[in-house]
Amino acid sequence: MAGIDHAPPPFFKQGPAPLALLTLYIAISVAIFVVDLRMHSLDLVRQSISLVVDPVQRVAQTPGSLVDYAANYLQGIQVLEAENKALKHAQLNTAPDLQRLVQMEAENERLRKLLAVKEREKAQGQVAQILYTARDPFSRRVIVDKGQQSGIVAGQPAIDEAGVVGQVTRVFPFSAEITLITDKDQAVPVQIVRSGQRSVVFGLGNGQLELRYMPANADVQVGDVLVTSGLDSIYLPGFPVAKVINIERDSAYSFARIFCAPIAGVENFGELMVLAPREALPPAPPEAKSRAGDGGADKGLRAKKKRAAKAN
Amino acid sequence: MQATYSSSRILLPVRPWFIFLSLIIALLMNFLPTAHWPGVPDWVALVLCFWSVREFRKVGMGWAFVLGLLMDVADGAVLGQHCFAYVLLAYLAASLSRRLLWFPLAQQALQVLPLLMLCQAVQLAMRLLVGGDFPGWSYFIGPVIASLLWFPATFILLLPQYQAVDQDPNRPI
Repeated sequence: MAGIDHAPPPFFKQGPAPLALLTLYIAISVAIFVVDLRMHSLDLVRQSISLVVDPVQRVAQTPGSLVDYAANYLQGIQVLEAENKALKHAQLNTAPDLQRLVQMEAENERLRKLLAVKEREKAQGQVAQILYTARDPFSRRVIVDKGQQSGIVAGQPAIDEAGVVGQVTRVFPFSAEITLITDKDQAVPVQIVRSGQRSVVFGLGNGQLELRYMPANADVQVGDVLVTSGLDSIYLPGFPVAKVINIERDSAYSFARIFCAPIAGVENFGELMVLAPREALPPAPPEAKSRAGDGGADKGLRAKKKRAAKAN
Repeated sequence: MQATYSSSRILLPVRPWFIFLSLIIALLMNFLPTAHWPGVPDWVALVLCFWSVREFRKVGMGWAFVLGLLMDVADGAVLGQHCFAYVLLAYLAASLSRRLLWFPLAQQALQVLPLLMLCQAVQLAMRLLVGGDFPGWSYFIGPVIASLLWFPATFILLLPQYQAVDQDPNRPI
């Protein structure tokens, strides 16, 4: 029936029309964008592509790390000597505390047993080297050199020698992605050391953090140290997170704006420690379970924080 | 093909492996740690745009999509973000190609600038819509520099096609 066809036969086969192709590809892009963002079911795709991309990326990072290495090498013996001296000094300074730590931990355990309080979990983990910062300018993440092969799972917290750095959010076979606490809306449940007040600190995306949902007359002062409260099932209690640097109290708003700076060298390169996942918390009491599974007074906060943790 | 449609110089046909190689090198350059510096252009977008203009039958939206997917995984960005931008870029560049090559290089660069800018803006819009962090206005310096790089890019990427068919050792390129 080709003779009846009014359109002339195509001279050159060119495939589908460009506009049709564009529509198709855009539709696929938007679809995977939404699925990746909301449902997280494309992790396997991401992991398999990363198997190809990751080695190439490491090769591309080599010149930079070589320059770093050379700079360190040429830094000179004097700098190293000075550093060595300072470290020895610091070690000596902390020696009395450290030597008594074992005894104090044992004592603490015994006292907790006497009081019939659950024993404190001990922090364990593995050291990981930061390979590079993720190139994405819209978020603050770093890539470390330990992955599924080393038993890293998503959700593990990461600390450095000063405090909390972030949380593992994606795991690849040979590397893992850590979202820093300064990433926008990354939440860490904290406690103010001085007053014992609990809250949640959120990343602002500009290198600072904000303590949200604190009433305008809350007992917070500049210089207050925030440590992890351990109320989630992610961070162990007691790790330093941030320090309050600025408070704006405006009576027009019911909440104070409290800005904090991270204590850990969050944006620095180096090594960090990925802590082992926490033991499962005891199940919530039954009446709390009926309320969507999260008990406690600050339910809204918990729900928000849970969502943040889940989103990672 | 000619260097530009108004020039009288006839070029050799492009070799597909060279297109492939140039895109891979652009990808590698995107992975370099320099990518964090303000004003460093998106090399893949530049090279992709170049080949989409010159060889839209060989480099099309399929290539753009695959490169976008690789960039998304390498960046740790949301999957589909670069795919969208690159596919749009490849389509617009291909639709411009009939007209663009009639212009001298400076005017070509001026017309490429909006395309590269759109490529960045689309990504920015997608991420801001879903609650990303605004990276600052320096984010838009990259495309400006990329469009300035249109001159060297044209020279380097067309270099293999400038060679004469009958190789004469005494004659410079």
